Amino acid sequence: MRLPCPYCGVRDAHEFSYLGDAAPRRPDPAAPDAADAFHDYVYLRDNPAGAIRELWYHGAGCRRWIVVDRDTRTHAIAGATFASGSASGDAS
Amino acid sequence: MSRLSEGGLIDRSKPLAFSFDGKAMRGYAGDTLASALLANDVRLVGRSFKYHRPRGIFSSGSEEPNALVELRDGARREPNSRATVVELYDGLSAASQNRWPSLDFDIQSVNGLLGPLLGAGFYYKTFMWPAALWEKLYEPLIRRAAGLGRAAEAPDPDSYDRSFAFCDLLVIGGGAAGLMAALTAGRSGARVILADEDFRFGGRILAERAEIDDAPSLAFVERAVAELAALPNVRLLPRTTVFGAYDGGTFGALERVADHLPLPPAFTPRQRYWKIVAKRSLLCAGAIDRPIVFGGNDRPGVMSAQALRTYAVRYAANPGKRAVVFANNGYAWSAAFDAAEAGVDIAAIVDVRPEAPPIQLERAKRRGVRVIQGGQVVATSGRLLSSVTVRSATGEEKIAAEVLAISGGSSPNVGLTSHFGGKPVYRADIAGFVPGACPPGMRVAGAARGDYSLARCLAAGAAEAAEAVSELGFSAYATPVPQARDNAITVTPFWHVPGSRGPAFVDLQNDVTAKDITIAHTEGFRAVELLKRYTTLGMATDQGRTSNVTGLAMMAVLTGQDVGATGTTLFRPPYTPVALGAIAGHHRGKDFRATRPTPTHDWARAQGAVFVEAGLWLRAQYFPRPGETDWLETVNREVTATRTGVGLIDVSTFGKIDIQGPDAGAFLDRVYINTFSTLPVGRARYGVMLREDGIVMDDGTTSRLGERHYLMTTTTANAAKVYQHLEFCLQVLWPELDVQMASVSEQWAQISIAGPQARAVLEQVVDGLDVSNAALPYMGVAQGTVLSGVAARIFRVSFSGELGYEIAVPARQGRRLAEALMAAGAPFGITPYGTEALGVMRIEKGHVSGNELNGQTSARDLGLGRMASTKKDYVGRVLSQRPAFLEEGRVSFVGFKPVNPGDRLRAGAHFLPHGRSGTTANDEGYMTSVAFSPLLGHWIGLGLIARGTERIGESVRAYDPVRGGDIPVEICHPAFVDPEGERLRV
Repeated sequence: MRLPCPYCGVRDAHEFSYLGDAAPRRPDPAAPDAADAFHDYVYLRDNPAGAIRELWYHGAGCRRWIVVDRDTRTHAIAGATFASGSASGDAS
Repeated sequence: MSRLSEGGLIDRSKPLAFSFDGKAMRGYAGDTLASALLANDVRLVGRSFKYHRPRGIFSSGSEEPNALVELRDGARREPNSRATVVELYDGLSAASQNRWPSLDFDIQSVNGLLGPLLGAGFYYKTFMWPAALWEKLYEPLIRRAAGLGRAAEAPDPDSYDRSFAFCDLLVIGGGAAGLMAALTAGRSGARVILADEDFRFGGRILAERAEIDDAPSLAFVERAVAELAALPNVRLLPRTTVFGAYDGGTFGALERVADHLPLPPAFTPRQRYWKIVAKRSLLCAGAIDRPIVFGGNDRPGVMSAQALRTYAVRYAANPGKRAVVFANNGYAWSAAFDAAEAGVDIAAIVDVRPEAPPIQLERAKRRGVRVIQGGQVVATSGRLLSSVTVRSATGEEKIAAEVLAISGGSSPNVGLTSHFGGKPVYRADIAGFVPGACPPGMRVAGAARGDYSLARCLAAGAAEAAEAVSELGFSAYATPVPQARDNAITVTPFWHVPGSRGPAFVDLQNDVTAKDITIAHTEGFRAVELLKRYTTLGMATDQGRTSNVTGLAMMAVLTGQDVGATGTTLFRPPYTPVALGAIAGHHRGKDFRATRPTPTHDWARAQGAVFVEAGLWLRAQYFPRPGETDWLETVNREVTATRTGVGLIDVSTFGKIDIQGPDAGAFLDRVYINTFSTLPVGRARYGVMLREDGIVMDDGTTSRLGERHYLMTTTTANAAKVYQHLEFCLQVLWPELDVQMASVSEQWAQISIAGPQARAVLEQVVDGLDVSNAALPYMGVAQGTVLSGVAARIFRVSFSGELGYEIAVPARQGRRLAEALMAAGAPFGITPYGTEALGVMRIEKGHVSGNELNGQTSARDLGLGRMASTKKDYVGRVLSQRPAFLEEGRVSFVGFKPVNPGDRLRAGAHFLPHGRSGTTANDEGYMTSVAFSPLLGHWIGLGLIARGTERIGESVRAYDPVRGGDIPVEICHPAFVDPEGERLRV
């Protein structure tokens, strides 16, 4: 598999490590239901057949966390963005 | 010798000596082992898998089900080598396999008599009872009887390489279509890789007597290869099998670099595993002949029509004295004519069709070849084939023949197209499966698509390649295409001769018979995937390339479905077997993974250190001295020397992360359970970080080097994991924080000196820096220079519990620093120590380490709960407050000492109350770390036990059934040495 790192370009999947679904957001730790919200955040994941946005870490490259759009049925990759939300790399 | 007197693509000026089962033989350069065996009149090559029936050579390619041999000897012995693709070299030695005592007389051919017991599903039916006998008797017996070759028993002495390649177009298969494709794409300037499993490009052209542009087709091949070789943007990979299609246009390929040589030359691998990334790919893998099923169709001498033609035309090897051709299609006729012209005596062409095409009849007549239309082979005879019995409208007739060349039609080589799950589609007009949905970017041309005409192969190769590279922006032209003439090939589906006599094999490699298919049908295993697993049809090294289609077509006949609806099993990588050694490449033995020596590695080796692997690192474990009899004696000396004088250890392996920015303090507050934003500049603090689920992830000291500048240390094992976690926190959780990080683990050498004399040693290496207790107190950090100008950071921290300093210098100065410290410490008897002594001292001091940070413990479990700040949020805070983590009966971290001081403690022992049995219900916890304390003179331990801190002084059982241990131990405070920490602060 090859992943389109927004900073480095298309690279072999061996350069990356995988985390999982990018959708869960760290809940507000001060909320009254924080215990339940954190339980869901840490343990509950969907297992979609189809499109999913996933977190990958380019550890053997630019060390950026990226979000990859992948189809779990075909492994087709539609694109990738920085997880930090910035539109481009800190190209220098 | 059955070598034809002329012709063939063999070099008669280069004779090669080889042996088969110890018998000396001769062949020529250009031969395969199979062609050379046939030319030496060897017709019996192996014994079948289950029934040990005599078998010969069936095919001329990688689909071979029968002719598997052990190639080479000793450490280089390779079982299950297909003789049909083994390129002959001088000195080659091969042996038949799966026979005992000899190939000619195999005692287990009696299995043939047991056929009724070994039929479809025999694994599930025959040896069911009593179950106890399965492992002891049935399985060993079956395994010995049903065998393939023997693997080498010594380590492989050869090397294997791995290479990566990138191209615009990967052309798989270098026959007519593949050569035209590579030429078309290559001329456009696209980067092209052309791979072919054969050692010679040309595909079927090498075996067919055809003309291209009114000249022998071989001339076209030579021209094409010469032009391709001259194009700088084209890479030719002969002897290379593309065995798998993977995501993102990635392909796995195996190049047999030196398999055709007596020995790999120096600095040359035997095989090379290619990872090819191709923007587009074009499969031109051709097609293979498949058999017709009839009684006695497995005798040595029965081979595919394609094989007969190939041996006669390409290798000038006559497979037998007279040949009968049995077919249902016109391709087999032209094979017969080519073989006849090469010198094979064709006794008859038997075609199941009542009326063969007139043009074929005309060609047969012109050559004087007898034709039996509407005929079927119903029996064969001879241990090695001697005659065939043909049934036709005029009755039965026995025809003497040593070769029976059969063709039930062609099966396109669709394997790679279904590696992404694409299902091959049945085409009734060619009675074969053609590619369905292909992997992204893959096209198919030529016979692999069911297009068997030479003219159309040439045109399609050019056209598909032109389209593929045009999509990438290249200007490619699919003209001019060389012209070839060939006749339309027709086929009438025909699978199985009903009423034929003797066992009729569908799958030669697995000894699956027509009867097995019937049994599978009767017993309900009708779906193709079930049929495969119940009968073993299509398994093992050939993956049923000559048998699958026939087998499932026969099932279709039984179920009354058409073949297309019955479908075919999916093909998965690898296309042909790949040696694990080739995939491992250089990553074996010590080179399985990288080794990281510490900056003082060479120095430690010179001191006689024994090393231990810590992840990728090699660390000094202990430093034995002459006269010391075991490691414990050495470690005791090192500990005692450190506690009473001064010791030295390289701690460079700890992870070091440089963290800078206006929000660095706030960031650390969010990842550690304790607070770092309040840490004064020039001070260090011990920190604990959790995973978000509340379990401890790592610990270590973090220092504040400047207002916006921190340096974190992590454990050796978790350095990479913690760094990745911090990047996650910064980039994913809190991208608004203004913080930058870099791993500096490898930039700094760090050496710890510890013991009452540590300061006296340190004072001699610093450049005028005040390191007094007042200027550099416990947990203080100083920056300056040492050794006359070497930048250094000095951390007054201690893992051993003694007065200690860690001195960090640029990595290249590490050895110099170690030597300077040793010289400065010589008057105090400074002693280098290793990880064992460090471990003893940290256990004596009651520090947690990897054994306690084991992915199951919370900060509270480890007695670190009070460090957690209640004034802020941090990773893992919310879930660390879950009720289960706060339960009364939960384990806590305490020390253990033997009630009888002579007893040895064992890590891993479980704690039980006295008088209770060793069951899970009575389990109260376990010992995590143990050491012999030279200071106390007995073994000590650390561990986790229920309500441990409340039970100091209580005695429990340390129960260790695995090693037969069961001793009383007393629960105690985990700090055995200096619990108040006075030694740290002097």
